[in-house]
Amino acid sequence: MIDIDDLTVSRGGVTVFEDVSLTVAEEEFVALVGPNGAGKTTALQAINGVLTPDSGSVQVDGRPVADCSARERGRLVATVPQDTHVGFEFSVADIVAMGRTPHHTRVGRTDHEADHRAVRRALDRTATDRFADRPVDEVSGGERQRVLLARALAQDTPALLLDEPTASLDVNHQVETLSLVSDLTASGKAALAAIHDLDLAARFCDRIVLLADGRVLTSGPPADVLDTASLDAAFDADAAVTTHPTTGTPLVTALGERRDRDLTAHVVGTGRTATRVIARLHDAGATVTAGPLPDGDIAAETARARGLNAVAAPPFGPLDAAVRDSVATLRDRADVLVAADPPAADGVAALLDTSLPVVRVESDRGDADTRGLSTSSSSETTRATTPTDVLDAVATVTAGRELPADD
Amino acid sequence: MHTGVRTVWWSVGLSVVLAAAILVSATIGPVAIASDTVAKATLNAIAVPAGVSVTAEPASLFGASAPVPVLDVAYTYPVSLAVPTTAETIVRQVRLPRIVLAAVVGFSLAAAGAVMQGFFRNPMADPSIIGVSSGAAVGAVATIAFPLAVPFGLQTAAFVGALLAAFGVYAIASEGGRTPVATLLLAGVAVQALLGAAVSYMLLQTGQSLREAVYWLMGQLSGSSWAEVEVTLPLSLLAFAVVYVYARDLNVLLLGETDAHTLGIEVERTKRILLAVASVITAAAVSVAGVIGFVGLIVPHAMRLLVGPDHRILLPTSALAGAAFLVAADTFARAGPAEVPVGIVTAALGAPFFLYLLRDREVHAL
Repeated sequence: MIDIDDLTVSRGGVTVFEDVSLTVAEEEFVALVGPNGAGKTTALQAINGVLTPDSGSVQVDGRPVADCSARERGRLVATVPQDTHVGFEFSVADIVAMGRTPHHTRVGRTDHEADHRAVRRALDRTATDRFADRPVDEVSGGERQRVLLARALAQDTPALLLDEPTASLDVNHQVETLSLVSDLTASGKAALAAIHDLDLAARFCDRIVLLADGRVLTSGPPADVLDTASLDAAFDADAAVTTHPTTGTPLVTALGERRDRDLTAHVVGTGRTATRVIARLHDAGATVTAGPLPDGDIAAETARARGLNAVAAPPFGPLDAAVRDSVATLRDRADVLVAADPPAADGVAALLDTSLPVVRVESDRGDADTRGLSTSSSSETTRATTPTDVLDAVATVTAGRELPADD
Repeated sequence: MHTGVRTVWWSVGLSVVLAAAILVSATIGPVAIASDTVAKATLNAIAVPAGVSVTAEPASLFGASAPVPVLDVAYTYPVSLAVPTTAETIVRQVRLPRIVLAAVVGFSLAAAGAVMQGFFRNPMADPSIIGVSSGAAVGAVATIAFPLAVPFGLQTAAFVGALLAAFGVYAIASEGGRTPVATLLLAGVAVQALLGAAVSYMLLQTGQSLREAVYWLMGQLSGSSWAEVEVTLPLSLLAFAVVYVYARDLNVLLLGETDAHTLGIEVERTKRILLAVASVITAAAVSVAGVIGFVGLIVPHAMRLLVGPDHRILLPTSALAGAAFLVAADTFARAGPAEVPVGIVTAALGAPFFLYLLRDREVHAL
């Protein structure tokens, strides 16, 4: 339905994106996500004809948008803008009726009956009918957003573009609005929405297109697109992707912008101690790898939630060869090994026997348990400490390697 | 349709007000004439165009003389009631041309004002905002200061000056086929200032005719004839018909240009047409009546409060109310012992009303 082919668009002489191709099929709801300035709005404006692309083509319903008159375009593509301030006080129904503009001819008869039906239907579907007679500048921001959606519905087009349709809505209306768009696509429309909220995008959209640095980074079903690596690349920030416990769709937690890492720490451990160590090191900006961490342990969950490279192993059992190999690989890439209540499984002790500097962390409770730790605590490169002071200890044993300040 | 019915009722009502204003105004003057005589004489004056012929008339421009084709319109007068000759002459040849011209000018200025306010999305815009009046002033004062032989004299010069100024502002504000409204507004302000300087300088050169120039600048309708009505009335009605066809587009433009574009409006073309027509209609009014302020600003503003922002009803009601308002204002202007320029009356009535609006309703958007 919407076919973008090799599109290059510039704004004010600056190329916003280059050679972008994407397709939205009938009955498909696609989310356009990406950091601010990635060109989401620009992409929408290239489709609805507000911007003229430098090269490439945009087709809607098989018709090149560039060859259409404004009126024809208005019957192919409807756009829900971010938020429009209307200076003069039109009623909500008036604004929705303006959606019929591309169906009117300047001279000749207008099908009032069709207009009326389309407007009523749009008001109904968006639940804006109960304040249809109120001036549009007196309704709330969320209500106004729904009025603009109603206007786009009254336009009665095969393709629907939405620019941050949920930005000014409360949670209920966010869900209602996106469900409505989802329903509309089920009845044949093609919808493309620029959305900030990755979780909502994952929940309601059939497909996600991840835009960054003026190109399509990746695109596909939400579960495929929303992984740590792509988000990392697109947003230049750490994000953890887990599964929403109720909806089963991907849930993204942004962990803040990534800082420069010049230190990699490998953590072997269990329970609260390992969890705190992983969190402190990771928050301080270190690259953290971990393993073996017992499956289902809080430390393993933490590593997964933070998108860390971690190896989990069945609790209590001996480590099999594959686990030992992958842990050894991670360990050998690290600058420091941190043992935080390491698991008692067979084979763990061997992994801890390394030439790396080692920090041995004991829980704050004081019942130091140093199972399997064979290194002598008197060594220059070994320190025993508590989770609270782990950063200092790591800094000491890795002297010369700067660790960002703990703030 | 809802809006259509409201439009018809408001238009009929305001037409009645306009007719009443014309009749009342025609009874007022140095010679007392009974109102029934005025009514009959006015009905007798109603003219219906019956035929058009083209004749060539010699006209001279800068000393050269050439035949200029002129449209000759023949009129029939459907009503013929018995009225005393003196009364008929006074009403028909002295009072009515001026009253009808006031109506036409008020109609034009208010309609153009409504278009400009919608176009600029700014209730403070007026018809001269892109320099039309200043351009007309330059043309008019130039012909007064340095008498030039131009057919139709001062009016032609004012009309041409007005259009040149508007076109200049538009050209300055346009780049790469786009004309941002904010740039247009600022270019208009700057050009008005520049032309104002030119007018002030020329006023110093006018000498004996300074009084004539100042009267023109204040806006005045005295000495109007049917000839001026014959030129401005068809032009105003035609221009109004064009902008009325764009009433819906003006509504949609109020949502902002990006939204208007996605709703299927050919934004730049629509802006060009509206700007051109509003400028022509303003230029026609200003060139026959001088700079009459506040009608184009106040009347659409007041009507917006009464009928709402929809241009399908706002345009005709503003135009009719503007006509009635200017007829009333000009009656005040000539009713006193000494005639004052009508521009003074409109500003004296308009400014306090405007201040009242400002106090009464908070104005948020500028």
